[in-house]
Amino acid sequence: MGVLPWVWWYGFRRHTAYAAASLAEALTNTGFGFMRAYVLIALWHERPVLGGYDVNDAVTFCFLTQALIGPLQIFGGMDLAQRIRTGDVAIDLHRPVGLQGWWLADDLGRATGSLVLRGGPPLLAGALVFPLSWPGPAGLAAFAASVLLGALVGFGLRYVVALGMFWLHDDRGLNAVMLVMSLFFSGMTLPLVVFPGRLGDVAHALPWAAQLQVPADVFLGRHTGTDLLGALAFQAAWAAALLAAGALLTRAARRKLVIHGG
Amino acid sequence: MIEAEDVVKSFTVRTRTGGLRRRGRTTLRAVDGVSFAVEPGEFVGYLGPNGAGKSTTIKMLTGILTASSGTLRVCGLDPSRRRTSLARRLGVVFGQRTTLWWDLPLRDSLTLVRRLYRVEPAAHRARFAELSELLELDPFLDTPVRQLSLGQRMRGDLAAALLHDPELLVLDEPTIGLDVVSKATVRDFLERINAERGTTILLTTHDLGDIERLCRRVLIIDHGRLAYDGGLDELRRTVDADRVLVAELARPGPPIVLDDPEFGRIEAERVQGPRQWLRLPSAANAATVVAALARRHEVRDIALREAGIEDVLAGLYRGDHAYTCPADLPWEDGPPSGPPERPDHRSMVE
Repeated sequence: MGVLPWVWWYGFRRHTAYAAASLAEALTNTGFGFMRAYVLIALWHERPVLGGYDVNDAVTFCFLTQALIGPLQIFGGMDLAQRIRTGDVAIDLHRPVGLQGWWLADDLGRATGSLVLRGGPPLLAGALVFPLSWPGPAGLAAFAASVLLGALVGFGLRYVVALGMFWLHDDRGLNAVMLVMSLFFSGMTLPLVVFPGRLGDVAHALPWAAQLQVPADVFLGRHTGTDLLGALAFQAAWAAALLAAGALLTRAARRKLVIHGG
Repeated sequence: MIEAEDVVKSFTVRTRTGGLRRRGRTTLRAVDGVSFAVEPGEFVGYLGPNGAGKSTTIKMLTGILTASSGTLRVCGLDPSRRRTSLARRLGVVFGQRTTLWWDLPLRDSLTLVRRLYRVEPAAHRARFAELSELLELDPFLDTPVRQLSLGQRMRGDLAAALLHDPELLVLDEPTIGLDVVSKATVRDFLERINAERGTTILLTTHDLGDIERLCRRVLIIDHGRLAYDGGLDELRRTVDADRVLVAELARPGPPIVLDDPEFGRIEAERVQGPRQWLRLPSAANAATVVAALARRHEVRDIALREAGIEDVLAGLYRGDHAYTCPADLPWEDGPPSGPPERPDHRSMVE
């Protein structure tokens, strides 16, 4: 067995080392879940079948996406960017393992840890107060696959942004842009199904949709049969494209490398 | 073990030359034609002032950076092309960074090394036991790395770099920030693995205690060029490292001038109250000068200061090879008027 499963395991453990902090974040996600839920309830009260969701779907979408904020790291960021900034990336580059594979394994470990600690509370709290729409066993399996692909897309995006540090030397501007794009186009602001016409089409084609909106729709049972395969293929295509872009950028970064801080 | 021939690493730096659009590009040669060879089993110090190109060299040796020109072979491999193979035969410690997992117990980081470098379990166990004994790791093996002291962390990093039994160990300031006891532990350990296991060691440091204690040979790099390659003792002799005689006279007086056929003419180059500093030419016999001085002046005390490795390096780094008068006098707490300003006595030398 190679080293990467161990990196995944260590990533899982390092991101679950501070359970109290994770639970505090889960509580915050839950609190904001209720605020979002009441905004969506007000909206669906006026337009009961907006975007093909009924009000239960909308509320389920809300608590589900709140639960996935941590695992899919919707707000962006990766430790790698900071390591490039301080020059600690020299350590990563010296290892006899590819940079992208190492960080992917670490990030999937993080995502798993976050799913365990931050996934439950928002969904549980939401289910106690509202009637949520739950998938059957087959739907749950499809959802698991979709979340994994969403995590790959999320990693792909954040890895490319982190590598930008090699060229930009400061990632605050890029992160701010990415945060706005992510919040809007992933469906965190409003489910993408409510966007009409061109905007809706564009929003549904972007990687942020593959990251969050598609897994949520799979959970809600809106994709079945070949439609489901198509949705997963859409996610897989974005994951592959972003990972390939990351691999190219890694090679380019190695060529032009400047290690900061001596 | 290491062969470097005319190695150059240049970086392109963008500079703003004024206005919004006008931007200049400057090429900076961080390493500018360095050649040296290190044989198996050697313990070599790699010195130079900040920004001289030491870390850049180390990053080229490990394959993290690619040389702009010249040829480089480490363990017979081209580092940038065969980085992965080389990493398995090389141990690296960057003193200011850590390879350890910050939030996990030290033991976990050391266990991962086995997977990372694909070490046989039995060999790993034996080596782990040996290194934890030598570096006294046992008391904190199960402590998360974030809770370790700097000295403990550095010992952990050294173990992590050596668990796969590399032929060559490259150390970038491994004793930076360590207290005297931790430093001694690290130095003893390095001395042992070099002597007993024959591990070749290239050590970059600003701690001259490390160098004097450990290195038989030093390389000095300055402004990206190799300024010296040889033994430590030869370095002391090569560089303009005159001795200075500090004489305390019975009373203040004009600068002393000694003229003697045996040693020629010596003038005091600094006067502070009754105290005078005389630079001895390397050929001069100190006893003769002291005798000549005592014949002509009433001397109350005398000290002879040999150039330390620090003075030798300071001269080399400044590029003037001038040896400035020591500000610290060995026989008292300090001059009554406070320590003399450095530019003051530099101007006297120049």
